[in-house]
Amino acid sequence: MNRNHALLSNKTLTAQACATKLRTEKVNLYYGSFQALRNITLDIHACAITAIIGPSGCGKSSLLRLFNRMNDLIPGARVEGNVELDGILIYSPGIDVVELRKKVGMVFQKPNPFPMSVFENVAFGPRRHGMSNRAELEEIVEKSLRHAALWDEVKDKLEQSGLALSGGQQQRLCIARVLAVEPEVILMDEPCSALDPLATLKIEDLMRNLAQEYTIIIVTHNMQQAARVSEMAAFMMMEEDRAGVLVEYGPTSELFTNPKDKRTEDYITGRFG
Amino acid sequence: MVDRWLIAFYIYVVVNIAVIVLAVIKAKMTRKISERTAFVFLGLATALAVLPVLFIIVYTIINGAGAISWSFLTQAPSQAGKAGGILPVIIGTFYLMLGTLVFALPIGVMAGIYLTEYARDNWLTRLINMAIMNLAGVPSIVFGLFGLSVFVLAFHFGLSLLAASLTLASQALAMVITTSREAILAVPREYREGSLAIGVTKWQTVRHIVLPQALPGIITGVVLAISRAAGETAPILVTGAAFLVPRLPGSPLDQFMALPYHLYTVSSNVPGMSKTTMWGVALVLLVVVLSFDVLAAVIRFRSRQRI
Ligand SMILES: Nc1ncnc2c1ncn2[C@@H]1O[C@H](COP(=O)(O)OP(=O)(O)O)[C@@H](O)[C@H]1O
Ligand SMILES: [Mg+2]
Repeated sequence: MNRNHALLSNKTLTAQACATKLRTEKVNLYYGSFQALRNITLDIHACAITAIIGPSGCGKSSLLRLFNRMNDLIPGARVEGNVELDGILIYSPGIDVVELRKKVGMVFQKPNPFPMSVFENVAFGPRRHGMSNRAELEEIVEKSLRHAALWDEVKDKLEQSGLALSGGQQQRLCIARVLAVEPEVILMDEPCSALDPLATLKIEDLMRNLAQEYTIIIVTHNMQQAARVSEMAAFMMMEEDRAGVLVEYGPTSELFTNPKDKRTEDYITGRFG
Repeated sequence: MVDRWLIAFYIYVVVNIAVIVLAVIKAKMTRKISERTAFVFLGLATALAVLPVLFIIVYTIINGAGAISWSFLTQAPSQAGKAGGILPVIIGTFYLMLGTLVFALPIGVMAGIYLTEYARDNWLTRLINMAIMNLAGVPSIVFGLFGLSVFVLAFHFGLSLLAASLTLASQALAMVITTSREAILAVPREYREGSLAIGVTKWQTVRHIVLPQALPGIITGVVLAISRAAGETAPILVTGAAFLVPRLPGSPLDQFMALPYHLYTVSSNVPGMSKTTMWGVALVLLVVVLSFDVLAAVIRFRSRQRI
């Protein structure tokens, strides 16, 4: 019985691996007159961890923020082309951005827990989305914290301020906060760049676990990290004063061992070896 | 008497600070000043700024304490304020502060939220922000005339508590909006983003993240604005303050007595007024205003500790 069940979920896993969760087609992004993304076309696989790598300022965050429309918050930002979530155009006029962001959660570079208790940090999303029953909230908080591999460390201090946790714990708290609203996609913008190596490893382990259930896209400038955690990788660059060029996109192992583009190879060997 | 002392000290302070600043600048230019000399000069300037305030407080207490008694605080005035107490005067000022709070707080905070969170950053918004900041510098008698023509006459509120409260609130608005804006802008962008990124609406984010964080700053601004309103004479002079009202205001449309106006009349228009009583009124006004300022300071201090 158990074995059957395991087999079944394995099968669905492989089926999902083929599915496309997010897709961009000929996307240009402008901040006012500055073009930050150029003609980006790529498919994000549902069951993979996708890494976006490239030098600073090349447009990695801009690409990531395309998927939950966080770029909308920047005055003067403008998107051309198609971005799809499960085949639905998320920049079409009828789209409810709030609903989109429930499905596509985001973890930021600098851990940004709210200035409230650990419990309230995690319960914040569910509460705002209408959950008020204390027992239900407790359940989802515990579940999310367990999921984020933080429960054992904070179960005795749920009423303490989230700001009192260590950097790595804060970042996992932010992940738990996203998990609590039960998203389908999790966007991570350099989630480890403010953390020490040990905390970084913890987050990477966590990502590997979460990848079974969620589509994960991670921006990182750490090539080893991309190699360790991701199945797919996108390499972006800026050329002279032109930012936002997608140079190469494919399975991480191929990108690192057998890059098709000379620029990818230069970047990888320059940084890697 | 009070006014003369205040003006004398104000001029004294300004002149001294100007002299010191000039001395410092000159010394800086000749590059002969040492760190220590600058420190001494600046410390001196601070002392000069603080001393007159201390002097006023001490002088008022010395002269007015003799008038303070239970009956002074709990009885109505008689003989044009020469005898009896000042209860209706205190109550009138209390009502005015309450009225100012009721009108200025919600409108001011909502305008602050709108200007920071919702209004686009364009020339119109910038113009409005600048206008609001300049509003704080408009002489209070101008607000009084505004209140007279709009609230007293055009709205037919007559000379009343309501008209005076609205007038004071109009003046307090500038400060409430400005401090609300500053407090809201000081809330880190990361909090807003973290909230919006999990599908929480803009308004929910403002309501549950931004406002709680900005609240101490907003309250500080409101309390200071109210304490300033409590001390204003000119705006209420023409919108409803009366020298003698036989009873406490029973409705918002009644005229009222208030501390600053009472002080003004007893110290200038009542012959044979005892000095002690005058200073007693001044002391009560000072205590009301200063206690609100202290309250604002306490709120600010505690919110800083919390972070
Ligand atoms: N709000 C903005 N307004 C204007 N230009 C921006 C803004 N944010 C980012 N950019 C520019 O867009 C380019 C890409 O930025 P970003 O996506 O943050 O790069 P990365 O995450 O790869 O470092 C950079 O050159 C940056 O200067
Ligand atoms: Mg970035």
